[in-house]
Order: sequence, then C-alpha cells, then structure tokens
Amino acid sequence: MIPDTPPEAAATPAGAPGFPLPPTDGATPEVAQRQAVMGLLNRATLAELQAAIERFQPLPKVHVLRPPEVGLVMVQGRTGGDGAPFNLGEATVTRAAVHLDGGATGVSYLLGRAPEKAKAAALLDALWQDPALRIAVEDALRPLRRRLAAEAARTQQDTDATRVNFFTMTRGED
Amino acid sequence: MYVAVKGGEDAIRNAHDLLARTRRGDPGVPEIGLDQIAEQLGLAVDRVMAEGSLYDRDLAALAIKQARGDLIEAIFLARAFRTTLPRFGTSVPVDTTAMAIRRRISATFKDLPGGQVLGPTFDYTHRLLDQGLATTAQTTVKKPAASASEPTGEEAAVASPPMPRVTDLLGDEGLIEPAPADDGTAPTDITRTPLSFPAGRPARLQALARGDEGFLLALGYSTQRGYARSHPFVGEIRFGTVEVSLPVEELGFAVPLGDITLTECQNINQFKGSATTPPQFTRGYGLVFGQSERKAMSMALVDRALRFAELGEEKTAPAQDEEFVLSHCDNVQATGFVEHLKLPHYVDFQAELELVRRMRAAHATDEAAGAPVPTQEAAE
Repeated sequence: MIPDTPPEAAATPAGAPGFPLPPTDGATPEVAQRQAVMGLLNRATLAELQAAIERFQPLPKVHVLRPPEVGLVMVQGRTGGDGAPFNLGEATVTRAAVHLDGGATGVSYLLGRAPEKAKAAALLDALWQDPALRIAVEDALRPLRRRLAAEAARTQQDTDATRVNFFTMTRGED
Repeated sequence: MYVAVKGGEDAIRNAHDLLARTRRGDPGVPEIGLDQIAEQLGLAVDRVMAEGSLYDRDLAALAIKQARGDLIEAIFLARAFRTTLPRFGTSVPVDTTAMAIRRRISATFKDLPGGQVLGPTFDYTHRLLDQGLATTAQTTVKKPAASASEPTGEEAAVASPPMPRVTDLLGDEGLIEPAPADDGTAPTDITRTPLSFPAGRPARLQALARGDEGFLLALGYSTQRGYARSHPFVGEIRFGTVEVSLPVEELGFAVPLGDITLTECQNINQFKGSATTPPQFTRGYGLVFGQSERKAMSMALVDRALRFAELGEEKTAPAQDEEFVLSHCDNVQATGFVEHLKLPHYVDFQAELELVRRMRAAHATDEAAGAPVPTQEAAE
C-alpha cells in the first residue's frame, strides 16, 4: 500500500498505519526513507523507472557492480498468523547493483524476473542517495506514487462495495 | 523396476513435434497469450504457484500454456524451474494483519472489527452456466459503479487499517489457545532437509501449503464426516496482498520486495481440555499463495487433525497419520511414482514371466504327484 505522500512522512515508526515498513532494528530515518523508496521502485513498471531516469540525463558513468541476477527468496509465514514462523514457499526475485562515478552505490532486490527493471531500480536508488538529487528523484517518482495510490483506492472502493451485514433470523413462534 | 532403454529417438522426436502441434490446436483459432492466462485464468495460475511452491505469475502462466492446461504437469514444470535458481535468502515472516484485504469473512461472528467483505467470490452464485460468457462480447462485464469520490491520486493516501484477527478476539478472553510462540529457531525447510517423522508443525505446514488441493480436500472432508472429528468453525478467511521483505546483509536492513497475494484461513475447533488445560477452543491454520480458499480451508482442517497428539486426542483416522498425509500430499512426487509405471519395464516383467512359468510348471508337477500346493508370492 503506497500512500501518495512524500517520504518525510514515511519516517513514522515501522508498522504505522498506511506505510508498513519492514522491521529493521534501529532503523534510522534515512534507512526508513530508503526502504520506502526501494519499495516504491519495486512496484513500478520498467517504463515508469525509465521515465524517471530520463530526467537525470546526462548520467554520470554507471559501473555495473552486480549484473542483474534472478534467484529465489523463501517466503515465510507464521503459524496461526502470529506464531512461530514456517516456510510457505519461494518467490522469484531479481537483484542488481550499480555504482555511479563520483556517487553512491545503488542496490535493488525486487519480486519477479525483471533484469532491466532491477538495473533501473538500482540506478535510481544510487541517484536518491545523493542528498543534492534526493528531492529531484522524489519528484520524478511522483507519477508512480499517484498511480499506485489511485490503484489502491480503486481496489479498496471495489472491495468496500461488497461489504455485507448478515442478520440472524429469529426462529420459532416468538 | 525400471531399466534404461535406448532407441526410439525418431519416434520420440516426432511425438514431441506432434505434442507441440496438438498444444497449438486449430491454427485458425488465435493463440492464447500468457497475459490472457494470467488475467483470465487467474485461479489456475494461483494453484500452480501454490503447489509449485513458486510465486511468479508469468512463470505459472507459461507452465499452464506449455502443459496444455494440465495443472499437475504445470506444477511439475514450476518445481523443475525453481531448482535452476540460486536462493538469495529468507524473507521476514509476512504479516497477514497488515494485509490489504480483498476478501474477509467470518462464519463465527457476524459483526467483527473490520467487518466482512465478500470480494470476488463464487459464493452465493447459482452455479448456472452463463451463456453470456459463451460469446466473447465484453458487454456482460459490469463496470464498477461510478462513485462520488473518484480517487484523484494526489491526495488519496490510501491505507488499509490493520485488520485484527478473529482469534485475537477470543484470545483476549483466553477462550482459544495462543499460536505457538516464536522462539527464534529457524523452521525446518523440507526443500533442504528431507521430511522425517515426527515432522513438527512448521514442516507440516510447509508440506501442506504445497500439497495437492484435491488430496487435502478429501482428507479435510473426511475429518468433517467423522474420521478424526473435531467440529471446526471457520473463524476467518482473508485474501489480499501483503508486502514481502528480505533482510539484505550488504545493506544491513530489510528491502521491501513488493506484494504477493495470499489466502489465510483460521479454523476454530472444539477441545474439551485436559488435566493441565481448561476447556478452550483450538486452532487449525491454512496459508496459501494466491486466491485459493478451498485449499486454505482444507489445509486448516488437516493441520488441526495432525495435532491430535499434542492435544491428547485419540488417533483413529487417516487425516491424523502424519507420515501417511505428508508422504502422499505432494502431487509431483505422487505423479512421478504413479506415472513411472508406464515407462518400459521389459526386463523386470520378463523375470516375472519366467517366475510365473516356473511356478505353474511346479504346480502342475505337484498336482500330478498329489502333493500339497505351496503358495508363493509372484511379484516382489
């Protein structure tokens, strides 16, 4: 669930309504913000990421530290929903890492088999880490936020339309 | 026993070419696309992901197309594919309380916090064939009712509130057992360590989550009909998306990977208590990839039945037999062993043939001599 709010607000405590952050021990606001951006990038289409990258042309030289690689992550659930963990099954994941000349190292891990997308997400992660570019990156991701928020709103609206109230019928003479 | 054979290469190649042409069917009919399978046969895709134990919609759609719609064959393809990939790690356990709900119902409380939403369900349909679907006209699909509050996006900070569990409502009063506590030990992974018995609940849940829907359905049904009866109620079924995140060592934090769709079933069962435990409700749990309600419910029934020993119940039924259930619920293993019977067994069968001939000859000799006839098992 992606709220259409800039990530300053996302530095709320993990698990806050509206932006469930992955549990991290002692996450700094910076880490929490980066997690939020990574989560956002991972829900984008390749075209959306490419459109965002376009804004930063000409890019500094990009060194591919880790070429996109497809692998698996074992997804765990919890017994009874809140108890001891168990292995539910695996999901495909693609990861990549790039380094920008004179800049940061960007990393991506995302669901699915999407090498190009992983590389683009890693590049945007690297750009975002540059404090001078952060606001511009956030701005470039605004259409993506807006799309995800609209989709979530639509799904919630469709689901709410099926909300029911069951009544128990009285049986017998009374 | 299967003995290797050689030869028949041309026939095999031609058979596979013929399979490809049969898969394609009438060339006059447009070829089906993976996007069409993923979008319009979504529950088949969900089943392949659940029992293939591999969450990847596009891959499951490809497997369904390649398998000509044979879902067990498609599951086999998904399982084979997963063996070709490295594993990057293990996720943070998903939090189903934070699920973005698309369906949530309870058969035990009509008014529960968070309410009940039906979502996309076959429930309450009349199971009459809809001839309108026989044509490809799109006119039968109703557009969702236009709402006054069309989401504009910019301001729409959409957040699904955390959805409390039905089991928590009962748990607050101590009327239901708590879930087994997380003591920090890593759960058994049956894809790395072969199942051994007793398996323990995490290994059982993993095996059931990837187990055959039909087999678990039949076993779950058997518990309702009196074989290991424990009177279940569906406390809650929910289906929707949850975020998966992966702790990444080089970053020092967990990366949110994206969302997956899950179905969760919480069953509430009777328990009369024991010397140490007062009477309270007990729980059976089901969690499955995709929208797979029948599977999640069956899993919860079988999970509960398999817990007979810890709850001090009598073992009377197949659904309680851990070794029986877990050894036979995997349809890839099952189909492999059943279907291997059709492969050439010529040498083996020749030996059997010789044996039966010898035994018949001995039988005839003994009969002629008036001696008692020894019995012997022909097939070993």
